[in-house]
Amino acid sequence: MWKFIVRRIIITLPQILLLSLFVFLLAQLMPGDALTGLVDPNLDPAQIALQRERLGLNNPWYVQYYDWITSALQGDLGQSFRYKMDVTDIIAQRLVNTFWLSLLTLIFTYMIAIPLGITSGRFNDTFRDQMIVGYTYVGFATPLFIFALLLLWLLGFNFGWFPTGGSVQPGLTPGTLDYVLSKLHHLILPALSMALITTVSTVQYLRSEIIDTKQKEFILTARAKGASESRVYNRHIFRNSLLPIAALFGFEITGLIGGTVFIERIYSYPGMGLLLLESISQRDYSVVVAVVLLFGIASIIGALLSDIILSLVDPRIRIK
Amino acid sequence: MNDKLLEIRNLKTSFRIRDDYYAAVDDVSLNVNKNEVLAIVGESGSGKSALAFSIMGLHNRAKMEGSINFKGTNLVGLAPGKINKIRGKEMSMIFQDPLTALNPLMTIEEQIGEVIYLHNKAISNRDKKAKVIELLDQVGIPHAKYVCDQYPHELSGGMRQRVIIAIAIANSPELLIADEPTTALDVTIQAQILDLIRDLKQKMDAGIILITHDLGVVAEMADRVAVMYAGEIVEIAEVNTLFEQPRHPYTRSLLNSVPNSDEKQDKLHVIQGIVPALQNLPREGCRFKTRIPWIAESTHEDHPELHEIAPNHFVRCSCYEHFYFPDETEVENSGLS
Repeated sequence: MWKFIVRRIIITLPQILLLSLFVFLLAQLMPGDALTGLVDPNLDPAQIALQRERLGLNNPWYVQYYDWITSALQGDLGQSFRYKMDVTDIIAQRLVNTFWLSLLTLIFTYMIAIPLGITSGRFNDTFRDQMIVGYTYVGFATPLFIFALLLLWLLGFNFGWFPTGGSVQPGLTPGTLDYVLSKLHHLILPALSMALITTVSTVQYLRSEIIDTKQKEFILTARAKGASESRVYNRHIFRNSLLPIAALFGFEITGLIGGTVFIERIYSYPGMGLLLLESISQRDYSVVVAVVLLFGIASIIGALLSDIILSLVDPRIRIK
Repeated sequence: MNDKLLEIRNLKTSFRIRDDYYAAVDDVSLNVNKNEVLAIVGESGSGKSALAFSIMGLHNRAKMEGSINFKGTNLVGLAPGKINKIRGKEMSMIFQDPLTALNPLMTIEEQIGEVIYLHNKAISNRDKKAKVIELLDQVGIPHAKYVCDQYPHELSGGMRQRVIIAIAIANSPELLIADEPTTALDVTIQAQILDLIRDLKQKMDAGIILITHDLGVVAEMADRVAVMYAGEIVEIAEVNTLFEQPRHPYTRSLLNSVPNSDEKQDKLHVIQGIVPALQNLPREGCRFKTRIPWIAESTHEDHPELHEIAPNHFVRCSCYEHFYFPDETEVENSGLS
């Protein structure tokens, strides 16, 4: 069991290394480099060339990569020309915001998906099921940003129940209860609008998985034992149906990253997604590279979590 | 011997296909006595498993008519709460495919323990574990303590079937339904499992319904045999009578299809055609008619019934009196009856 987890974690290290190389090369293909945004265009081209040489921007890509990765490992991801701050510091602030947004979204997602999926799978082809399936189709068909805009307009603007932007009300001291509540208040609407859309795939998976498991022979065994209908569902069907959901958990995290980019933009929520968009449009080279790298690492960790969770719930996967 | 344990009267189990109900078990009546093995034989699709599932109440969306009297309780239309008290305790079932009949996510101890717990909620964990180990010993699983913590995928097919049997006998049921318990196993394991079931029968004094299409198993295990065709019982007799004096054309065809090593046969006897699908089944007249087209129409009854042609020997339809195999002459055959 532990051996499996340790082995699985060791595998992720080369994955992350490969990812960093890939991200670095992609960034090299971007027009401009770390210096472009920093220099005054009126400067003498000879001076600029000199600076480039000094900063090592004329070195071959592998030397540059080596320089970048060694400092990145020491926590130095370079400087943002826009904020004139260390990238690490900027990201640290934003990462916390995105982390809470993603966490709340995940909680909402499963709070919605599990009851709906179970109801839909257990009572398949009834009216209730058809309503739920209908919702999932609508969810699949609606682009996230349109749905989020609609919620923002309705609950944020029209009814004024929720703030329409930012992550916290200005003027509150960090650490006080008001501050935390205000943070939560700002989080609910973006998290909910993302969850209502991302939940549909989980609902459908759970539904089809339950319908599938219902017909397995060991369910007959359970019934033949004299287990009540609710016990059959809770003990036998539900647990077996959760396996693929656990496997999907990692992809859920990857999906969240894509989602936060839209959601943070729409709700002008200062998180990683918004930072990425802003940095791209302003060619804030070092920030883009760092954010993409972190998103990639998050996806890899998501897959890692999936495997670990799966090995905890499914004895067949455990390697002895 | 004549202690009636189970008495099925005019049982009709119908499934809904599109908007109509079709009977998979059609007007079946039979008894099972204590300490008796009743074998139910028939081809695939003859309704034998549907009958077993009807008795266990495992059909989800079927319409059931008639009565299944088990120790004075009619199981047809019984509330789920009540049938759950009987299932797994007073009657239990051994399933066909040991590879799929166990929950892949539960240890052997949890799976056997569940059926003990369900019918004795006050049992302590230690007693439950002791009981599980005792059961595993009883069904011949070595290293029971070790197997307790294993998962089904770590056991062989034969071992899993033993676990399923352990689940079935955990609460010493009075009626045990074995639905093709050896079909999915290889021959040596088959023999072991059959020995085990026979052993257990003697120890537990239970009635057993053995569903199979293997006539060798029937000859070895059964006291009485019911032959099913297209949802109906076509012949029912003591096992010796059935093998020595089969009457119904279907029974005779079945027996004739068993390869015999004493006689040199060029070709194996094959019953023409297949059991018609539920929707296409002729509901009138002799259901076996279409598969013995060389027998004159007039020999069949319009509404075939079971006739008691000898004590405890029932045969449906009158066509058996005139039945012969196409490669025999009718004269030879009539000498037999």
